[in-house]
Amino acid sequence: MQLPGSISPAQSISYAKIVAWLAAFIPLLRLFYLGFTDQLGANPVEFVERSTGTWALVFLLISLAITPIRNLSGQAWWIALRRLLGLWMFAYACLHVLAYVWLDYMFDWPDIVKDIVKHPYVLVGASALLLTIPLAATSNQRAIRQLKRRWKTLHQLVYLVAVLALLHFWWLVKKDVTEPAIYILCFVLLMALRWPHWFSKK
Amino acid sequence: MLLDNNRRNPAGILPSEITPQSVFADRRLFLQTAGLAAAGLLLPGQSRATQTTLAYQKTAYGKEETLTSLEDVTSYNNYYEFGTGKSDPAREASLFKPTPWAIKIEGAVKQAKTLSLEQLMKLAPLEERIYRMRCVEGWSMVIPWVGLPLKALIDWAQPTGNAKYVVFISANDPQTMPGARMPILDWPYVEGLRMDEAMQPLTLLAVGLYGKVLPNQNGAPVRLVVPWKYGFKGGKAITSIRFVEHMPQTTWMKAGPREYGFYANVNPQVDHPRWTQSSEKPIGGGLFGGRVKTRMFNGYDEVGQLYSGMDLKKYF
Repeated sequence: MQLPGSISPAQSISYAKIVAWLAAFIPLLRLFYLGFTDQLGANPVEFVERSTGTWALVFLLISLAITPIRNLSGQAWWIALRRLLGLWMFAYACLHVLAYVWLDYMFDWPDIVKDIVKHPYVLVGASALLLTIPLAATSNQRAIRQLKRRWKTLHQLVYLVAVLALLHFWWLVKKDVTEPAIYILCFVLLMALRWPHWFSKK
Repeated sequence: MLLDNNRRNPAGILPSEITPQSVFADRRLFLQTAGLAAAGLLLPGQSRATQTTLAYQKTAYGKEETLTSLEDVTSYNNYYEFGTGKSDPAREASLFKPTPWAIKIEGAVKQAKTLSLEQLMKLAPLEERIYRMRCVEGWSMVIPWVGLPLKALIDWAQPTGNAKYVVFISANDPQTMPGARMPILDWPYVEGLRMDEAMQPLTLLAVGLYGKVLPNQNGAPVRLVVPWKYGFKGGKAITSIRFVEHMPQTTWMKAGPREYGFYANVNPQVDHPRWTQSSEKPIGGGLFGGRVKTRMFNGYDEVGQLYSGMDLKKYF
């Protein structure tokens, strides 16, 4: 029964989704704002590449945080935010690649191919993006219904994507690995929080 | 207990009330900085600017080049003693004091001696040289340096026959250099050149850029500029110059022996193990400026003879 003036659980989930969606949009708006006001610094291409790459990783980790949050809080509705967050990860990852092939390499495909095959950090990053494509493509209700149990197996690819993305970050840093180390630590923590749940299922 | 305490410490000062040495030192530094900042506020902008302007001759070096803006040259820097971010040096270098300054000349020389910055600047007429600078990370700038050929200093230093290499040691002051408090690299920063590279007329000791004394973030008060090598070869805030017989281990060689060699000549044919060196991004090109092909020896072909017969893939 709903009291007058209060909102139903379904409504509050919708509101949570809207808030999450708008929040996820902010880093992109910020980039456009900084771009139009000439505040991207001396190396704007690097800025855009770093920013979109970082946000892709952040959304990947946030979407991986949903399961532990649900388990720890006992509130199942958190799962409703996962697809949205995962798709934003995909969006930032695509923008990251677009910045690389367009702004950085100006669609110089021979040079891009050389860069990918010769340099492990680029190869690892490119692999991570390729693996997110089937995940994004099967993120709709119809795919979930059609793939049934296989959907879950397929979407476990996200763990591999995370490992590749973190490796990509770790390898590209010249010397100071503080920043990638922080993200790796978060990932390890998120994986560790899953352990008790896996044991209790057995 | 109480009486006993009072006898040894008649003023009754608690240990917790005594200012630790480090805090005391910080406070002095703060007062100095605050004083400088206040002085800066009182001085009209123009007189400060004329204070820092250098007298120099123009030269033909790079006069056809398009300069990277002063803003970009002074805000996008690799200077790990002030932090590993590109904007860290411009933000963190304000406490650093480039004057007074002295450079130790030591090792295989007739007589070890010390040279003040003022003495250094009188060894040869200061000249402006516009050089391309290619960073090992794959970006480049064009910078109007003001300085004097390193050769002038070497002639003055009178190295002995045992001097085969020159070593440049940079400032390492954890008090004023926040990055130097962290074990990111093996401090102090050490760079080196072979004697013939050091004597090459292009090799410059820069004391200024854009006609003014070097900003702290660009290596004040004096730095090395070797335009045909990757930027990291240019040691900043040089405190000593040492002549040695054997090839020195430089800081980056120690940090990544597979990735950074002693020579570090700009070479589009030899990639960094992790990224490409065949092209570079000129700073100042904006979002849609694209890349340009990197040239052998950064386009300074005249240095090629220094390396004739050498396998530059092996001696990278």
